[in-house]
Amino acid sequence: MRKPKVAFFDFSCCEGCQLQVANFGEALLDILGLIDVVMFREVMSEKSDNYDVAIVEGSITTSHDVERIKKIRATAKVLIAYGSCATIGGINGMKNNFDLEDIKKYVYQDGAKYFESISTHPLHQIVKVDYFVHGCPVYQPEFVKVLKCALAGLSYVVPDYAVCVECRFNENVCMYDKGITCLGPVTRAGCNSWCINNGNICYGCRGMVSNPAKNGQMDILEKYKIPLDWVQNKMNMYNKPRELDINEQKHKG
Amino acid sequence: MSKNIKVNVEYLTRVEGHGNIVVNVADGKLQECRLDIVESPRFFEGMLRGRSIFEAQHITSRICGICACGHTLASIQAAEDALGFIPSEQTIKLRKFLLHMENLDSHILHIYLLVAPDLLGVKSFVPLIQTHNTVVRRALRMKKECNDVCDILVGRHVHPISAIVGGFTKLPREKDLLRMLDILVNLRADMKATLELAKTFKFPQFSRPTEYVSLVNDQGEYPMLSGDLGSTDGLRMPKKDYRKLTNEFVVSHSSAKHTKASRQSYAVGALARFNLNYDKLHPKAKEAAKALGMKPPVTNPYLNTVAQLIECVHSLEDSIEILQELKAKGVDYSQEVVVGLNELGTIPVKAGTGVGAVEVPRGILFHEYEIDNKGKIINANCIIPTGQNVNNIEQDMKELVPQILDKSQAEITLLMEMLVRAYDPCISCSAHFLNVKFVGW
Repeated sequence: MRKPKVAFFDFSCCEGCQLQVANFGEALLDILGLIDVVMFREVMSEKSDNYDVAIVEGSITTSHDVERIKKIRATAKVLIAYGSCATIGGINGMKNNFDLEDIKKYVYQDGAKYFESISTHPLHQIVKVDYFVHGCPVYQPEFVKVLKCALAGLSYVVPDYAVCVECRFNENVCMYDKGITCLGPVTRAGCNSWCINNGNICYGCRGMVSNPAKNGQMDILEKYKIPLDWVQNKMNMYNKPRELDINEQKHKG
Repeated sequence: MSKNIKVNVEYLTRVEGHGNIVVNVADGKLQECRLDIVESPRFFEGMLRGRSIFEAQHITSRICGICACGHTLASIQAAEDALGFIPSEQTIKLRKFLLHMENLDSHILHIYLLVAPDLLGVKSFVPLIQTHNTVVRRALRMKKECNDVCDILVGRHVHPISAIVGGFTKLPREKDLLRMLDILVNLRADMKATLELAKTFKFPQFSRPTEYVSLVNDQGEYPMLSGDLGSTDGLRMPKKDYRKLTNEFVVSHSSAKHTKASRQSYAVGALARFNLNYDKLHPKAKEAAKALGMKPPVTNPYLNTVAQLIECVHSLEDSIEILQELKAKGVDYSQEVVVGLNELGTIPVKAGTGVGAVEVPRGILFHEYEIDNKGKIINANCIIPTGQNVNNIEQDMKELVPQILDKSQAEITLLMEMLVRAYDPCISCSAHFLNVKFVGW
């Protein structure tokens, strides 16, 4: 059987999720036994416009990006959005908290005119996405799962329950019990509560669950006397471009 | 000699981020020679405004996946400087260790996966899986081992979890110290094999007198996490004066701002550190330098890769010593700290500004924040190593091209690509921070 041709692409991002691939160590050679990587600019000079699977990191932030991702979509049979920047806009989405012209001028002053920029979009707001690998960075065991599904033509369902579920299995002390705000209760699981296992809070990098327990969350905030805007501000770190999804839904009626 | 050459490398590969090389020679004369930085701007400094200083580390770590730990440490240092917080001795020790691991990890990736293919005449490490299987396996194994240590120490290497303003949210247990020590002691064999391999590498001959800039100090320690700013042209100043050193200016073809100090351009990175602080390297690293024929001053930029390898030995040996010390002394777990948004007022907050200056794999990295009395960020500035090197790379290119005009266009292109790669540019980092001016600063 012919090995599927896989290409990696990056848009606005830190390329850390691609690095997670190099971090597989010698196991990477096993993966390379199953697929034929035809393009991976960060570590390879080979180039190809012929691929079956596109693994795309980064968010869409320029009109050039919009054209480029459409071309990739037209070529690839399967498109995988890889990492938070691609799946939910991620950190780049914080830009959408500001007026675009204002933030350009702040960073580039007079040079602002050289740099064209649009609001930050996750890939699915521009093209159809077949698989989502959330996380900043991606959680390698989940990526392997998704890759297996993609190669076998099966669907992969992202967990739609809160990080708290995994966190409880890992027997962590709840951050709220320590007096600290955490986004675990409204964030999609699938990372095995990576950050809380290491003593830090959840920042919501995997995006919100589709049906967050809003009343439950309000009860938590009430119980621990935490102002709502603190949590909203935290949500805006990774999840700001979500508004564009909601607006679109409203638009469609 | 009359010769026309046009080199246009779009989206240079095996570097982090997006850059183009443009060379234009007409009638044997160099008309144009540029490294274009075409990375999309991400506006990090703008996005930081209004956020809590306790979120700065988490956000700025995301500037770069390769040097996430370096950005983390520079960000923490700047934040703690602004807050007037003094970290404990144990915290500083663990941060130095983390910086070593990042240096090692990043250098190994660069030497083996990004540079070695050029020296072995192939396009990437993939063909080497067939021809040099043990070498590829060794590279991936070393990379994985650095990663495993980072996983234990800070949760993961790409965007570390437990290193925060105030210290660490989780400290290594005794079994963790033993495991890390075990990994690093075993890494020595692969390091030795890497040195043997490097002896066989033939780098292009080229040299240009250059001003090198790095952290310096008056102590015996090879400065990575703290020190003054110094240069081979004799500059020396405290880190808070970094703007006097970098003197940023804008050029139209690059979304990364250029810098200069005493001359037209300056260089940062492993070679700069090697040239300025050779005496302070670990004895085993000096041995390695001798075996590889490296003695300061070295002004061939292609040899930055060799300086990186010498630093790998230094980082490995110093890390082992830090771990042994921690093991002997024991870790004080009462220092574990969860700060979050500082909901509990764990760290006293005051208005102020602070600077972080940290040596990361590609050179000196600056973060600066101004905060109000509630800890909200008013202004932010970051100057990235690659941003500082871009101008120097162009000056190298301008001197190199006339010397190699007798070569074929393909050979010239390769030599130019190798030159840029030697600096290990991290373009997505450098393009995020440009032209920042603060009114009233």
